[in-house]
Amino acid sequence: MREASLDKLKAFLTLLPSMILIGVFVYGFIGDTIWTSMTDWGGTGALALEPEKHFIGLENYIDLFTGFLGGGFRQDLVNAVYYSVMLLAGAVGLGMFIAILLDQKPRGEDLLRTIFLYPMSLSFIVSGTIWRWLLAPQGGVNVLPKYFGFKPLTFKWLSSQSAVLVFNWQDILRILLYVAAFVLIMVGMFMLKKNQGKAIKRWLVPGILLGAVVWVFGGLLPDALFMEEEHGFNLATLGIIIATIWQYSGYTMALYLAGFNGISQDLRDAAMLDGASQVAYYRHVAIPMLKPITISAVIILSHISLKMFDLIFAMTGPDNAATGHPALNMYLTTFRGNEFARGAAIAIVLFLVAAMFIVPYLVGQYRQQGRR
Amino acid sequence: MTARKLTPGNVFLYGALVLLALFFLMPAYMAVVTALKVPSEISLPTAWDWPSVINWSSFTQAIEKLRPDFVNSIILTICGTIGSTMLGSLNGYVFSKWKFKGSDVIFTLFLFGMFIPYQVILIPLFQTLRAMNLYGGLPGLILAHIVYGLPITSLIFRNFYAQIPTALIESARLDGAGFFSIYLRIVFPLSIPGFVVTSLWQFTQIWNEFLWGICLTRHTANPITVGLANLAGGQAVTWNLPMAGSIIAALPVLAIYIFLGRYFIRGLLAGSVKE
Repeated sequence: MREASLDKLKAFLTLLPSMILIGVFVYGFIGDTIWTSMTDWGGTGALALEPEKHFIGLENYIDLFTGFLGGGFRQDLVNAVYYSVMLLAGAVGLGMFIAILLDQKPRGEDLLRTIFLYPMSLSFIVSGTIWRWLLAPQGGVNVLPKYFGFKPLTFKWLSSQSAVLVFNWQDILRILLYVAAFVLIMVGMFMLKKNQGKAIKRWLVPGILLGAVVWVFGGLLPDALFMEEEHGFNLATLGIIIATIWQYSGYTMALYLAGFNGISQDLRDAAMLDGASQVAYYRHVAIPMLKPITISAVIILSHISLKMFDLIFAMTGPDNAATGHPALNMYLTTFRGNEFARGAAIAIVLFLVAAMFIVPYLVGQYRQQGRR
Repeated sequence: MTARKLTPGNVFLYGALVLLALFFLMPAYMAVVTALKVPSEISLPTAWDWPSVINWSSFTQAIEKLRPDFVNSIILTICGTIGSTMLGSLNGYVFSKWKFKGSDVIFTLFLFGMFIPYQVILIPLFQTLRAMNLYGGLPGLILAHIVYGLPITSLIFRNFYAQIPTALIESARLDGAGFFSIYLRIVFPLSIPGFVVTSLWQFTQIWNEFLWGICLTRHTANPITVGLANLAGGQAVTWNLPMAGSIIAALPVLAIYIFLGRYFIRGLLAGSVKE
């Protein structure tokens, strides 16, 4: 008995150094960054060993979201949202499509899998460098149609100034509430089949109500800015999105392929015997069964898209505002501009967005462990 | 293998696969073609053409420029991989076979460290390394890679050790083996595949990392990714050099991927938390 408790102590002591390291380097540092973001650390004396800092509360955040000079950050944030959504749709969709194709066991499956997955092993700096050359205005992808007898494209991949889906940042509160209403309604529609009463009471009615209230009384909401400021989806970001999809759809393919292989052949045969077509099999049997994989892929890809720094750095350099991203902005603000407090605030915004996805996911994982 | 019939389904299947494969290979082709051209032959409209003369000198030039960074990356990657893998193995052993009250919570707290955007710890990390006199050189970067590698390595080893039957551990305990002797005599010898998967994963991650490399090292300690970014970042670059540099920077991990692909994919799947 004494031996056993000694062993337990040894186990704990083995883990202790890592616990301390993670405690300090993850949780301590996050706390430190939160504190830094509420100071005025920056400017000329910023790099002194004991820089002068004063507590200024939430001023940095208020500045970023509503300040006169925060326009760049707001555009970056908008870019990041579009970027994440399109990366998720593209990489999950394409990865799933390739996995379904490979699940038909075509000839040369091994070689094809190798081809689809190799971008995953590359550094973002490597792929960014190559894609920048591929997306050069009068070369690369744009001249490809010439080889098939068509006119070359003239799309300005990384430098286009045009934006679509433009909205006014002044109305951000209204827009966010509309989005919330839309999400509620969508969830409600989704739940309708399973539990009609709950779906209507919990999701549909509040969603419709919220949307209606915002529509009628939206004018009473405070404006975020005192003047109009337009942001939208910059077409220059498209090149970066394509490069990221190129790099990561192999990864989702690998996830789905592993999942498809895990589904028993009997189940598949049974579905086919019942007269299901290939399309129906994937739509109603295989893909619903792989929901945990889809969730994992979404979590990992959204985390990657939020910290995306290297690829954008390599593709458009640090000075292209049209393709900016908060992760890049944070680096420039902190290490080029020496505005440490402001950089910390940007980092915390990124962190909060990431935590929105990750915390529920990890809590779910933890509960799953407990059940077993 | 039975011959496939020419059905519309098959035409679509192979057509789509060929098109996709071309799309995925396009950047690799472009990099190789451009790297092999004489600088004077590189122009935007003819970027896709095969070089009229094969010219290897871009590679020698790029190697010359990137050699110090390449050496830095090798040292960094080897030290970082060994450190984080060893610690991860011990952690995984505790998390799977020596659970104590609260160890599952600690494990989940560990995992969280894997998912944070690293921008959120960058400023204090920079400050701490400066205070420890580790800023600017390789040791500080190695420390960062070991610490932030702990979540993923602990996760992979924990899942790996979960496959070792607990009965094996129990019987060893009845025979009087303790915490460390069980690890050394039973668990460690069984974990070679786990070590391969984890170290390949860590090797790839550390080799490809850029943000810390550019923020935490001075010029002499730059890893290869930073060297490549500098090589490609100038205003009027001739593209043969960055392309050759890209190929050189990609070769070690590409080689791992091509020759040890099975383990690489296993690491990839293990990194997605699901068990």
